[in-house]
Amino acid sequence: MNERRMLDDSHYENLIEEESVCINENLVYDKPETLTKTPMHYCPGCGHGVAHRLIAEVIDELGIQEKTIGVAPVGCAVFAYNYFNVDMSEAAHGRASAVATGIKRVLPDRYVFSYQGDGDLAAIGTGETIHTCNRGENILIIFINNGIYGMTGGQMAPTTLEGMKTTTTPFGRDVQAMGYPLKITELIAQLPGVYYCSRVAVNTPVHVRKAKKAIYNGFKFQELNKGVSFVEIVTNCPSNWKMTPVESNKWLEEHMLPFYPLGDLKLPGKEN
Amino acid sequence: MKELKLMKGNEALAEAAIRAGCDAYFGYPITPQSEVLEYLAKEAYARTGMVVLQAESEIASINMIYGAAGTGKKVMTSSSSPGISLMQEGISYIACAELPCLIVNVVRAGPGLGTIQPAQSDYFQAVKGGGHGDYKLIVLAPSTIQEMVDHTKLGFELAFKWRNPVMILTDGALGQMMEKVELFPQTERKFELLPWATTGKTKDRGRSIITSLYIQPEVMQEKNLHLQKKYKSIEREEIRFEKYKCDDAEVVLLAFGLVARICKKAADLAREKGIKAGVFRPITLFPFPYEEVNTLADSSRIFLTVEMNAGQMLEDIRLAVNGKIQVDFTGRMGGIIPTPEEILEKIIEINEGVPA
Repeated sequence: MNERRMLDDSHYENLIEEESVCINENLVYDKPETLTKTPMHYCPGCGHGVAHRLIAEVIDELGIQEKTIGVAPVGCAVFAYNYFNVDMSEAAHGRASAVATGIKRVLPDRYVFSYQGDGDLAAIGTGETIHTCNRGENILIIFINNGIYGMTGGQMAPTTLEGMKTTTTPFGRDVQAMGYPLKITELIAQLPGVYYCSRVAVNTPVHVRKAKKAIYNGFKFQELNKGVSFVEIVTNCPSNWKMTPVESNKWLEEHMLPFYPLGDLKLPGKEN
Repeated sequence: MKELKLMKGNEALAEAAIRAGCDAYFGYPITPQSEVLEYLAKEAYARTGMVVLQAESEIASINMIYGAAGTGKKVMTSSSSPGISLMQEGISYIACAELPCLIVNVVRAGPGLGTIQPAQSDYFQAVKGGGHGDYKLIVLAPSTIQEMVDHTKLGFELAFKWRNPVMILTDGALGQMMEKVELFPQTERKFELLPWATTGKTKDRGRSIITSLYIQPEVMQEKNLHLQKKYKSIEREEIRFEKYKCDDAEVVLLAFGLVARICKKAADLAREKGIKAGVFRPITLFPFPYEEVNTLADSSRIFLTVEMNAGQMLEDIRLAVNGKIQVDFTGRMGGIIPTPEEILEKIIEINEGVPA
């Protein structure tokens, strides 16, 4: 592990203060208050950074930083608690929605979100995911789907597309042997405990704006106490897809989105 | 005025949890402890507003505990052996993140699916760290329904005093049988905002982060050293044990939980036969009363450890005795409870074999 990643916020606060050119007069764009100054460890071009920023912007805009508790997964976002400037709990692999349940049940007036990847949410944590949604826990689940295990180095995920090469499917995912890519969001949307379910992406400016709206809804709906808000964000993994960031976003558009189509799967008041 | 009641062990424990001001229970049904969840589901919310949730598995239960304990609330779960095995990953996380909580294991015989009858075969798992990594639970071993009640209250106190998970290691017989208990009065549920807890980051404090991840080896070692130091302090301050007719005893029976009660009867029977017998009962299994056992070995001739397993606490007794005297073992496995008579037979057999 690169030591640079692990330095705490104060180190960077000092650093940035000393070398800052962002004087107030010039400032047109800044980090949200809900992001710490810690530089992210994510690979260049990875969608996690955008997803983090959108969540932080929404928390700022709703003014709920003091009332928000996040749950980080195991996976690339395991260090999410270094970046979100809110109270955070780091869950065991796959258990984030159970941890979020525990928090929300004893602190029902707080805003609680879990942030989980495809391996975490749709493989090892499938049971917790389904039952948290089925109980209608009043939380927001953010599901980052890039079709691959990032942190462990590019193995097959439950959402890996048919024929897609990973380190554990070196000849491409053979669905006869390895099963089919799991559309867990479609499953989730069927459950009466789910109030809002949407699939978004962050690969283009238009998609980013729609993703932010979905995340906004997910937090806002917690005030209604009507059940789970579930937002899938289809993202890229340039490093493990072995592509440049631009190539990966193009590949996402051409291969991921036809299989994982964007849009609301469940909207309050509209039965699908 | 004393509040006396005739209660089943599992129900008495659940009642004690409500009265101790427990904020939340997360659990999953398993024989022989399902009455804990059933009793709480019926009683708790209406009386104190306590959260009671049946989870989809023990894995989910323990992770709900992790989340809820991280807010500084008073939380508990209970299960029986196979379910406790499923919880081990979560317990390791909780120990490392230093979260206070109460975990109850109403032990049934194993290994595997085993049987639903009582046993003490989870001693190693509870005391030596059933999950991964170097960690310790504070382990309380009640031997009466009264202690099931008292240890529930004590368990919460110790959990918060040390920011450490506490386990009550009991068994299917104590869970199922009925005895007279004196209940303590209702403690009011109070929510204190603790500085380390995830309750929402306010302006006056930094972020609270509940984690067990310390990826730099130097930092991870620091964390381990801190934990070990805490466990040493617990060993200095929290040892609890009971001695029964040990002062003049030549033969000392060593047992925990339910078996210690049977041993008291066996010791009385032995005394009727002119054998000076006594019983030493560790109440805390961690911290274990090594010194007291060692000292007792100076004034005794024979140690006989009696357990409902293949001889697990026996290893700690032998460590404590350090070869000073012979340590024998007798026990039952598979869900059978030893009788005072069979323990007496063993006492007589060893007594004749060991020269005065």
